[in-house]
Amino acid sequence: MTAQRVIGVALLVAALVAPWVAYPIFLMTALCFALFACAFNLLLGYVGLMSFGHAMFFGISGYFFGHVVKAWGMAPEVGILAGVAGAAVLGAVTGALAIRRQGIYFAMITLAFAQMIYFICIQAPFTGGEDGLQGIVRKPLLGGLIPTKDDRVLYYVVLAIFLFGYGTIYRIIHSPFGQVLKAIRDNEQRAVSLGYEADRYKLLAFVLSAALAGLAGATKAMVLQFATLTDVSAAMSGEVVLMALVGGLGTIIGPVVGAFIIITMQNYLAATGEFVLVIQGVIFVVIVMAFRKGLVGELTDWWKSRRPAG
Amino acid sequence: MFELLGIPPQALFGQLLLGLINGAFYAMLSLGLAVIFGMLNVINFTHGAQYMMGAFAAWLMLTILDIPFWVALVLAPLVVGLFGVVLEKVMLKRIYHLDHLYGFLLTFGLALVIEGLFQWKWGSSGAPYPSPIPGGTNLGFMFLPTYRGFVVVAALVICLVTWYGIERTRLGAYLRAATENPTLVRAFGINVPRLITLTYGLGVGLAALAGVLAAPIQQVSALMGTNLVLVVFAVVVIGGMGSIMGSIVTGFGLGLVEGLTKVFYPPASNTVIFVVMAIVLLVKPAGLFGQTK
Amino acid sequence: MAETLLKVEGLQAWYGESHILHGVSFEIGHGELVTLLGRNGAGKTTTLKSVMGIVEKRSGSVTFEGRQLVGHPSNEIARLGIAYCPEERGIFSSLNVEENLLLPPVVKPGGMSLAEIYQLFPNLEERKRSQGTKLSGGEQQMLAIGRILRTGATLLLLDEPTEGLAPVIVQRIGEIIRQLKSRGFTILLVEQNFHFAATVADRHYVMEDGRVVDMIASADVQQNIGKLQAYLGV
Repeated sequence: MTAQRVIGVALLVAALVAPWVAYPIFLMTALCFALFACAFNLLLGYVGLMSFGHAMFFGISGYFFGHVVKAWGMAPEVGILAGVAGAAVLGAVTGALAIRRQGIYFAMITLAFAQMIYFICIQAPFTGGEDGLQGIVRKPLLGGLIPTKDDRVLYYVVLAIFLFGYGTIYRIIHSPFGQVLKAIRDNEQRAVSLGYEADRYKLLAFVLSAALAGLAGATKAMVLQFATLTDVSAAMSGEVVLMALVGGLGTIIGPVVGAFIIITMQNYLAATGEFVLVIQGVIFVVIVMAFRKGLVGELTDWWKSRRPAG
Repeated sequence: MFELLGIPPQALFGQLLLGLINGAFYAMLSLGLAVIFGMLNVINFTHGAQYMMGAFAAWLMLTILDIPFWVALVLAPLVVGLFGVVLEKVMLKRIYHLDHLYGFLLTFGLALVIEGLFQWKWGSSGAPYPSPIPGGTNLGFMFLPTYRGFVVVAALVICLVTWYGIERTRLGAYLRAATENPTLVRAFGINVPRLITLTYGLGVGLAALAGVLAAPIQQVSALMGTNLVLVVFAVVVIGGMGSIMGSIVTGFGLGLVEGLTKVFYPPASNTVIFVVMAIVLLVKPAGLFGQTK
Repeated sequence: MAETLLKVEGLQAWYGESHILHGVSFEIGHGELVTLLGRNGAGKTTTLKSVMGIVEKRSGSVTFEGRQLVGHPSNEIARLGIAYCPEERGIFSSLNVEENLLLPPVVKPGGMSLAEIYQLFPNLEERKRSQGTKLSGGEQQMLAIGRILRTGATLLLLDEPTEGLAPVIVQRIGEIIRQLKSRGFTILLVEQNFHFAATVADRHYVMEDGRVVDMIASADVQQNIGKLQAYLGV
C-alpha cells in the first residue's frame, strides 16, 4: 500500500507545480478530459455498462455553461451548475431508456441517443449551430475573488474541480453503494435475488456518471471559452472510450493516464490531420487484441509478478 | 393534381421515393448487421466502413480500370468480402471468447483506421459516380429517375434472396442452427469456424454491395459509411435482431417514416428514427421483431 | 467380445479449473451396447463429451477404429463416424422437425434414409413441419435420436435418453434402442435409470468421482445387484 501512497503524493506535488513547467491550457484541457474519462470509467469499469454516447453529457453541459454565462450573463459557478444539472437530467432520461437493454444493446442505444442530441444541437438556436458558442468571456469566480483570466490561476481552480470529481468517484466506488454496483456488474441475477433493485442502482450510477461528465464539459467550456458540435459528436464519445481503454478500465487512475496520453498525442499529431484517426484506430485494435488491461492495468500486473512469492 | 394537406404530389411522392431509397439501404445494412450478430455475437461497427469500401471500390474500378458499374456490382462485394474474411480470420476469431463489448470496440477501431486511411488519401469531400441508367420517367404525380427505381427493386431482391437463403436452404439451416448452438452443430460434423468466417464475409459483401448501389446516388466519400451506420444502429435496436424479415420490414418502414417526416415536419426528419427508438424501448424493449435476450 | 471399436485409456478432462475426469478407461466392441452408470456428478456426461471432443481440455487416449481422437476438433471426430445425442436433446428452435432431421450431414455411407427414419418414428413424420421445440419431451427425444441415424455414424453416444419421460415413452425408446442394436449400431449409453439400462445393455461400466471403478456384464447383474445398488446409491 505504501507504494501507492508514495505515487499518490508524488502526483499531487507534480500537479501543484505543473503550471510552471507545462503550458497551463494544455494541462487544464487534459484535466477536463481526465475527469470525463473517469466519469465514463465509473460506468464501465465498476458497473459494467459501456456508454458509447457519453459525449452528449460532456457537450451539452458545455453548451449550457456557454449559454448561461454568455447569453444570460451569469457567473461561471452558475454556469457550471447549469451544465451539471443539464447533463444529469439528460442522463436520467436517456439512462432510464437505455437500461432496459443490456450489454451491446445498451452501447448502441447510448450511441443512438448521442446522435440524436448531435442532430438537435445542429439545429437548436441556442447552440449556435455549426459555429457553436464562441468567445465565452472568462469571468472571475467567487464574486470577483478569483481572477480567471490568468491561466495559471484558473489552473488551480480546474485542478480543484478535478480533484473534487475524482474524489467523488473514489468515494462512490468505496462506499456500500459502490459495492452493490460491483455485485451487479459481476452477477446481476444474484444481486437481484439478494433483494437489490438492480435497475435503480444502474440508473443512479448512470446519472452520476453523466453529471460528472457534465462537470468536465462545463469546466472545459470555461477554460477554452467555446462549445462546439465536436463536443457532442460520436468521435468525442469514441475518444473518451479510447482514453479509458488506454489507461485501464476498472482502475481508478487509469482513465487519467489515458486522457493525458491521448491529449498529448493529439497535440503532437495535430498537423497530420486525419492521420490521427488512423493512429487512434490502431491503438484501439492493438489494445483490444493484446493489452486489454490498459497501461495502468498491465503495469500493475507486471509489477505484481516481479515481487517474489510470499 | 390533388394536394395532400397542402403538399403538392411531386413533393410528397418525391420524398416518399427518397424515403424508400433510404429505407432500402437501412434494410440491407441492418440485415447484414443482424446476420453477423446472430452468428458471431459481434456488432460489426466496421459495417459502415465496409459499405464505403464497396462504393470506393466501384469508383476506383471505374476511374482507374475503366470497369463499368454492372461488373463492379459483382466484383466490389467479392473484393471487400474477401477483406472481411481476412479480418475475421486474423482478428475477430481471437476475441470471441471475450466479452462482446470487445468485439464492438475492435470493429470500432477498425472503422477508424479504414476511414482515417481513406480520408487521409482521398480527403473527405465526395467524388461523383455517374449513373449507370440515366434519365427517368414522368409518372404524372412525380418524376421517377430510372436508376433510383432500380435501386429500390434491386434492394428488395437482394433482401428477399438473403431471406430465402437463410430460411429455406440447407446452408441457411446450418447457419440458423449454428447461431443457436454452435457446439452441437460442430459435433455433427459441420465446420462451424469456417461457417462463421463465411457468414462474416457474406455480411461484409452485402454491405459493400449496398455501397456500390449507393455510389451513383450519393457522393463517394470516406465518411459516407459512419453517418449511415449510426442511424442503422437505431434501426437495428428498433427491429430487434430476432428475425431476417423483421430487419427488412423495419428498415424499409423507417425509411418511409423518415420520408414522411421530411414532408410534414422537416426539422424532425434527422431525429425521428431516434424518437421511434425511444418509444420502442419504452413499449417493447426487445424490439418490434425481437425476442427477449 | 467382438473387435474393439472404441478404446478409452487414462482419459482426463477439465472444465476451466475443475478437474472432472481423473483417468477413465474402458472399451467397446463392434455392435455392443455398453452403459456408463453412476451417481450424479460421477463424470458420465463429461466422458461422452470428452470422446466427442467438446470439453475444454482433455488428455489421455481415445481411439476409434484405431485412430486417435484426442487433439482433434469435434467436427473431425463426427466425420469419422461417431454421433452424439446430448442430454438436453439440443433440438433447434429455429428449424422445423424435418430440418432438424436433415441437419447432421452424412459422414459415411450406410446410414438410414429419411423414409426409414420416419418408419421408425411415424409421429415425427406427422409433425415434420412443426417447429422443433414445439414437440413434447418424448417426441423431441425421438427427434434427437432420429437425426443421428441418417449420418452413417456407427458409434452412437446417447446421454440419458429416458430422462424425464413417461414410462410408456421410456418403453418405446427401449424398443428403438434394441432395434438399433440389432441393425448393427454400436452404442455407448449414459443412464441414471438402471432398470432401463439393464434391459438393453451387454455390459455396464460403473463410474465414481471421474473414474471407472467396475465393469459388470449383463449376465452377472443379478449376482451383483447389491454391489450395483451401493454404487448407485439406490
